[in-house]
Amino acid sequence: MSADLLELTAAQAAGRVHAGELSPAELFETYRERAASEDLGAFLWVAEEAPETLAGAPLGGVPLAVKDLFCVEGVPTAAASRILEGHRPAYTATSVAKLAQAGAPMLGKTNMDEFAMGSSNENSGFGPVKNPWDRERVPGGSSGGSAAAVAAGLAPWAIGTDTGGSIRQPASLCGIVGLKPTYGAVSRYGMIAFASSLDQAGPLTRDVTDAALLFGHMVGRDPCDSTSLDFPGELGEPSAERLDGIRFGVPANLTGDGVEPGVQQVFESALATIEELGGEVQQIELPNANHGLSAYYLLAPAEASANLARYDGVRFGMRSGNGDLLSMYEDTRGDGFGDEVKRRIMLGTYALSSGYYDALYGKAQRVRTKIAEDFREAFDRVDVIVTPTSPSVAFRLGERTGDPYAMYLSDYFTVPMSLAGIPALSLPGGLSEGLPVGVQLAGPAFSEGRLLDVGHALEHAVGFDGSAARG
Amino acid sequence: MTAELGDILEHIEAIQALDLDGVEPTSHVAPLENVLRPDEPRESWERERMLEGAPDASHEGFRVPSPGR
Repeated sequence: MSADLLELTAAQAAGRVHAGELSPAELFETYRERAASEDLGAFLWVAEEAPETLAGAPLGGVPLAVKDLFCVEGVPTAAASRILEGHRPAYTATSVAKLAQAGAPMLGKTNMDEFAMGSSNENSGFGPVKNPWDRERVPGGSSGGSAAAVAAGLAPWAIGTDTGGSIRQPASLCGIVGLKPTYGAVSRYGMIAFASSLDQAGPLTRDVTDAALLFGHMVGRDPCDSTSLDFPGELGEPSAERLDGIRFGVPANLTGDGVEPGVQQVFESALATIEELGGEVQQIELPNANHGLSAYYLLAPAEASANLARYDGVRFGMRSGNGDLLSMYEDTRGDGFGDEVKRRIMLGTYALSSGYYDALYGKAQRVRTKIAEDFREAFDRVDVIVTPTSPSVAFRLGERTGDPYAMYLSDYFTVPMSLAGIPALSLPGGLSEGLPVGVQLAGPAFSEGRLLDVGHALEHAVGFDGSAARG
Repeated sequence: MTAELGDILEHIEAIQALDLDGVEPTSHVAPLENVLRPDEPRESWERERMLEGAPDASHEGFRVPSPGR
């Protein structure tokens, strides 16, 4: 029975529950046992028993893996940082509460790069996550635990957060679907802040239909997040099988030299599939997008350096020191933060310091303006922009830990959309040397419905089989 | 750490060379300006609950070491 259950997508499982053919308690317990006994390092905490599911709730009681960045009342929430070890928040993030209410109860908390800073999950304070396609390789990051859990069938679906690619890149490396929504589409209330002008929560799922179903229950204005907005229009179930009349743009100057040949090959075959389905593919220019990485690695650390000032040993989490005030501050932050977090705090404070503020932070803010303009102009000519999600397939554990800039290059294709605040979907396009390659589809603000529809058509034509990772 | 930071800065400082005079800076992409709400009183979090996770809570507050030591 449980092997059969694992082959169901979340939407199919919810359908069986609604038809009275499957009990939500059995479904929860099947996944709970898998999550509790997994050996990928994907989970940091697993629920002990199924919560009461609301009868008839639209999501059918299909359990949800939640990135450790989301606060959940009374449940250990540390953003995978030692500085917050043992912290149990007093309240629950809006998106987690909304999904539980809609019938997706929390299965557990997933591992991640500390404070969502990383592209391999190796920056977790609680150990790395292994990629279920190849256990010697990383799952991507920062939502690496969520991506690995869904790919390996340890959870039917998951949520993560994306600041510069942290949903899309691990989805790509683990062969699943990941959606970074329009900035403001999903409430950030209860998400531990990294870079507030960029952070967005979104789904990581086995297919596009599951992503649409989950996303549809995450959106909406929240009085607790003044940057959240009501989602304009309807979000239905994606159904497109053809792409006739849809214009696709391939950014000519955003291909870069660093793309692996195997990734390029899968990308080109995805473009050919788009044309076979009736889509029109043309080259476009995003003249400033290749500066996105530099702008991002100034703006995100700058915001992080302010957001992370609150971890000082006074109100929550751990405290170190020799009993005097100064050593409390210094030792708490020195002991509690990992190297990458320290690096970004220093980069951020440097970019914001007097003398460098205009030359670095101010310049990066202007690059951000130019990149947003580039996208606006491109969307006058095309409906969807398509790129590889990541320049490479999953790399080996330890391969890039000694070279932070090489790690940052993983985000080359994903940061421009984050800076512009526009939605982007990653879905599997095929395999390169036995490892998944993601294709990224981006559209104008609040075009998620169209992206998911396009993704649905492409997904059916590609026919990607992720069952190998579920073992 | 110093060498790594130097390497990162060497790459990202390239944007200093861009001519972006006259371009407005973007700090936020949401199409929102002042978001206001009615000034209505509402319940606050309970003090005890907020102090539960503190490394050193004392009576009604967070206790910290004396700066004078």
